[in-house]
Amino acid sequence: MLRDRNSPLHLAWRRFLRHRPGVWSALVLLLLYLMALFAGFVAPYSVATQHVGSGNQPPQRVQFFHEGQLRRPFVYALQRQRDPVTFLQTYTEDKTQPVPIRFFVQGDTYNFYGLRTNLHLFGVENGTIFLMGSDKLGRDIFSRTVIGSQISLTVGIVGVAISFVIGILMGGISGYYGGRIDLVIQRIIEVLLSIPRLPILLALATIIPANWPSTYVYMGIVAVLAFIGWASLARVVRGQVIALRDIEYVTAAKALGQKDLTIITRHITPNISSYLIIAATLALPGYILGESTLSFLGLGVKEPMASWGLLLADAQDLSALSQYPWLLWPGAFIVLSVLCYNFVGDALRDAADVRSVD
Amino acid sequence: MLIYVLRRLLLAIPTLVLISMLIFVVMQLQPGGFLSNYLDDPRFSEETVNNIKRQFGLDQPLYIQYWNWLTNIVFKGDFGFSFQSGRPVSSIIWERVGWTLVLATLTLVITWLIAIPLGIATALRRRGVLATGSNFLGYMGLATPDFLIALLLIYLVLSTGGTNVGGLFSPQYIDAPWSWDRFVNFLSHLWIPIVAMSAEGLAGLMRQMRANLLDVLGMDYVRTARAKGLAERVVTYRHAVRNAINPMISLAGLSLPQLISSDIVVAKLLSLPTMGPLLLDSLFAKDQQVAMAILMLSAVLLVVGNLLADIALSLADPRIRYD
Repeated sequence: MLRDRNSPLHLAWRRFLRHRPGVWSALVLLLLYLMALFAGFVAPYSVATQHVGSGNQPPQRVQFFHEGQLRRPFVYALQRQRDPVTFLQTYTEDKTQPVPIRFFVQGDTYNFYGLRTNLHLFGVENGTIFLMGSDKLGRDIFSRTVIGSQISLTVGIVGVAISFVIGILMGGISGYYGGRIDLVIQRIIEVLLSIPRLPILLALATIIPANWPSTYVYMGIVAVLAFIGWASLARVVRGQVIALRDIEYVTAAKALGQKDLTIITRHITPNISSYLIIAATLALPGYILGESTLSFLGLGVKEPMASWGLLLADAQDLSALSQYPWLLWPGAFIVLSVLCYNFVGDALRDAADVRSVD
Repeated sequence: MLIYVLRRLLLAIPTLVLISMLIFVVMQLQPGGFLSNYLDDPRFSEETVNNIKRQFGLDQPLYIQYWNWLTNIVFKGDFGFSFQSGRPVSSIIWERVGWTLVLATLTLVITWLIAIPLGIATALRRRGVLATGSNFLGYMGLATPDFLIALLLIYLVLSTGGTNVGGLFSPQYIDAPWSWDRFVNFLSHLWIPIVAMSAEGLAGLMRQMRANLLDVLGMDYVRTARAKGLAERVVTYRHAVRNAINPMISLAGLSLPQLISSDIVVAKLLSLPTMGPLLLDSLFAKDQQVAMAILMLSAVLLVVGNLLADIALSLADPRIRYD
């Protein structure tokens, strides 16, 4: 594909590779999406497994040295006590009891894209391994975060895809025809852009019935996010289409009797694809943040599903937050993924800018 | 100028009418309503519920309900009735709007006071600790959701033994008259929401200011000013910064929606008496008239904010004339 070393695509690729943070971020994102793809395998437990007697357990650190000797990776078992004065639960590491971490172990069964299996990347045979601690019901936060990534990381992609279809069509029609249609569509866009985003998202999210099955709720959340998200994209497309609609190849296509919709989707859209890809990358973090905010407030995905925002909702209880700060771990994943998307977006924008010095 | 303001206000009317329709439709699409909860209550007969509905005009066709809702707001300032609290919406909403405005204005002012100097400093010295540090903070500010920042700050305060978390005042100051102590107590409660709400805007403004100033510093008139032998300080602050700041003023108007959105999450976490938590409560309780009033008011705030920003821009930049 990139055989011609001076093709525009190849030059853009080289400019992209020079943007170090962008390249690293792209790699991190790739890892995150692989994690989401193999979530059931990477997570040591299933999303709902409750470990009775291990609620609010602090994270167990992976150790390599036991009594000064190098060992295979292991964790120390935790013992639960009650503080005799405050009656608070405390956990202490039992330094005499190393629990070795085993790889490719059998554990909870999960559904791997139609295949029922119980193979997990790592786990322990007796005791627990909670790399990020556990919540009040004794569920492993690491497992829940890994499985939650399936929702948190895909909401952006599906949402951007939907808002792209609407945005390209509406923006394309608006710019291509101009006149009264343009006026009407511009008004709709203006209305959507002049309502504060979160309030209307919340209002829309309450339309989703509470008794819907979880896949419907997921699609509902995505639809709600896309319903607001397409407007700013349609503006970009409209501007580009106005610039392109009188160019020769469009006139030629018209003269050949192509339908208007075909001209917009098959002739104009491919020519603004670089703008669209950049706009998509820059819009994605908004969807990730939007989903996490909705779920955090209890209007997004609901139990028994997991998403990063929903996991953080456990930390809303301020006394729980002050005692069990590891509840905030899923937040680190939100920050990481949004940060990476921003860097990749910057890198793509620089790569597409032909005026930048080579 | 007056004519421009009037024209802008007139142009805002159709937009606001469309917004009100959208809000009305969205709220009607909500499954169930507050009154349908009464039907599950054995103390209410279906007849009573129908009577209440008739009393509030909720048995009328939708377009008449919409028309009544809109005209009551515009001509009587009547936002409807909150079934959850049993009071007219206007009696519970204005105090909260006030606190939202206080919080938003304070956040905006503080954001500007920090973002503009930082933007200038990083544009003038593009390498160095300050520039690297503020770039890093900028990226983190854009990537961290506001509620996570609030959660981290709350944890920080609680784990260091602080107690001034949540609400606007400590209990002993809630009903006390304004005094210096009360003011200090107020500020000690307020810094968490302000930091959490300003983070995103701060990062954006700082980057924008830096980019603007770098653009302006490359302009011909800056070179001319230098060639005239003006001191570098004068060139930077009198010529470059003044021109770089102008586009930022219209950004201030654009940052309002983000402030209103942040207010919902952050105020909910810290139980502040602003519009956000009331909106959430009313959405969960299906207290539709309250939710509609808040949605409508936040849209109005946005339109007014943008108008104020445009007026401020024309005052700051004599080249911009609207008539």
